[in-house]
Order: sequence, then structure tokens, then C-alpha cells
Amino acid sequence: MRLDVPDFRPGDRVKVHVRIRESEEKERIQVFEGVVIARKGSGLNETFTVRKESYGVGVERIFPVHSPRIDKIELVEEGRHNRAKLYYLRGLRGKAARHKVRKRI
Amino acid sequence: MAAVKGLLGRKVGMTRVFSEEGQVTPVTVIELGPCTVLQKKTKEREGYNAVQLGFMPKPFSRVSRPHIGHVEKAGAEHGFQYIKEFEVDDPDAFELGQVITLKDVDIRLLVDITGTTKGKGFAGTVKRHGFSRGRMGHGSKHHRQMGSIGQSAFPSRIIKGKRMPGRMGGKRYTIKNSMVVDIRPDDNLLLVKGAVPGARNQMVMVKFK
Repeated sequence: MRLDVPDFRPGDRVKVHVRIRESEEKERIQVFEGVVIARKGSGLNETFTVRKESYGVGVERIFPVHSPRIDKIELVEEGRHNRAKLYYLRGLRGKAARHKVRKRI
Repeated sequence: MAAVKGLLGRKVGMTRVFSEEGQVTPVTVIELGPCTVLQKKTKEREGYNAVQLGFMPKPFSRVSRPHIGHVEKAGAEHGFQYIKEFEVDDPDAFELGQVITLKDVDIRLLVDITGTTKGKGFAGTVKRHGFSRGRMGHGSKHHRQMGSIGQSAFPSRIIKGKRMPGRMGGKRYTIKNSMVVDIRPDDNLLLVKGAVPGARNQMVMVKFK
């Protein structure tokens, strides 16, 4: 179990630094930045879903919170939402989706 | 070292472990031992070689008097929740009252795990034997029924062993060749891949290969 996980919630914008193994020895870090739309499970089994729009296409990735392949999780911006699961963002595009993410008061 | 072929344990529950590459393995955590040797059974006396092990302390106030008398022969200061026998090659290698922990045993890659499955009560054929279900709609009226159970005038009886509804679960069940993922002797914990019969906190027997 990793203890360096920042406190982040659905609605927050995060940067997930993922370790990607290209060959036996080469390893690089790819950053996946997007909005957390869900956190599921508890303890070691916890996962979170990050959604971003890439070249007009919505992309979602589900990460186990305690995966050793995650180098670090960076909290970029805190959002504010009235739901625990922001699946409705999938139906929204561009500005409409962005507007839903506001600064936490 | 004492070559006992199995130990008693308690199912703690399930979780997952990550490998360095991020591979996730579902595991069951078993608290294995420490077990106390209560009796030695020899070929000369009982006809087979085994040791009787006790697991999980139980205060003397909660056990029967014959139980107290039996465990006191091994010098134990408390009773045991569970007592089971395990086969050994040489009972003389053990001493009465000797405590066997995970450190004393040689666990390889695979183990057999025996436990009592969770009771499911009176279950129908769909759940109990995996029969297929009828369609739920379109007026079929054949939802989870078992269907025909045999032929007509010949043989005019039901063939023995026909799978029908009845009590399911609550039976002794052995998982063979369960893969050992991790051994943590300091915490008396054994991690095996996948599920293990029974509910949490239930006793399981682990046999080493």
C-alpha cells in the first residue's frame, strides 16, 4: 500500500505519472492529465477513473490507486461537484464539461 | 526440521497483491499456526504415523474436562478451538507440547487447502448443479424449474444419483494445488492465489506438497 497518495476527490483535475515499460530496460513516464470522475473500492482495491478529451475524443483510464506502476499523482486543480460519480460529464463536450469544474470554496 | 505435512489455519479474508510490474493477483490471506503438538500417533499403537495438532487457544473455562485432561498431557496451559491430525513420516521427531509455526515448515509452490464451504441452504438445480434456466418471459412459465427427470414406462423409475434440488454447501471441500503467493512467517500469514472454501474466520487445513 502506498502512502504518498494525495487527497483528491471526484471533480479534481489530476496529473497521473504512469511508468511505461518500453523494453526490458527502458522505462519512461507518461503523464495522463484529466478530471477524476469516480473513485471506487476501498483499501488496496481502490481505483479511480480519470477522463480527458484528446483531439476531440473522450479518453478514460482507470487506475488502481495503489498500483506500483503509478509514479506519482499530482493534484492540479480542485473541483467542486454535487455527486460522487461524475459520469454525466461523458455526455458533455468542451466548455460545458469544463464549466462544471469550479474552484472549491 | 519437523516435517509435518500440514497445519491448521484460519481464513482471514481476501485482498490483492501487486507485483512490481503492476500485475494484480487476487489472494486469500490465511493465518497459519502456531499449532501445538498434542498427541503422537504411531504405527505400533494406532496403526499409522501422525501428530495431533491444536490451533487457536481457548480458555480452560470454555472447554470440557476430558479436553483439559487431554491437552494437559502435552503441557498446554489452555484448551484449543480446533484439534486435527496430520500425517507425518516420523512421530518421534516431534515432542508433546512443541509449537509449530510457519518458520518450522517447508512450503513449496503448491498447497492443498481443505475447508467447509459456506452453506447455501436448500438450493434449486440452477444454483446447485448449474442447470440452464428457462426464459423468464414470453409466457414460458419455465423459469428455474428442473425439467424432465427421466423417461416413461421404461424404466418407470428415476435413475439413482439424478441431480435435484437440495441442501447445498456446508460441506468439506478441498482446493488442490493452490498457488502460494507469499509467506510471512513473522505474522503467521500465508497468501494463496484465488479463493479458499468457507467464510472468514473459519478453520482451514493447509497441506504441503
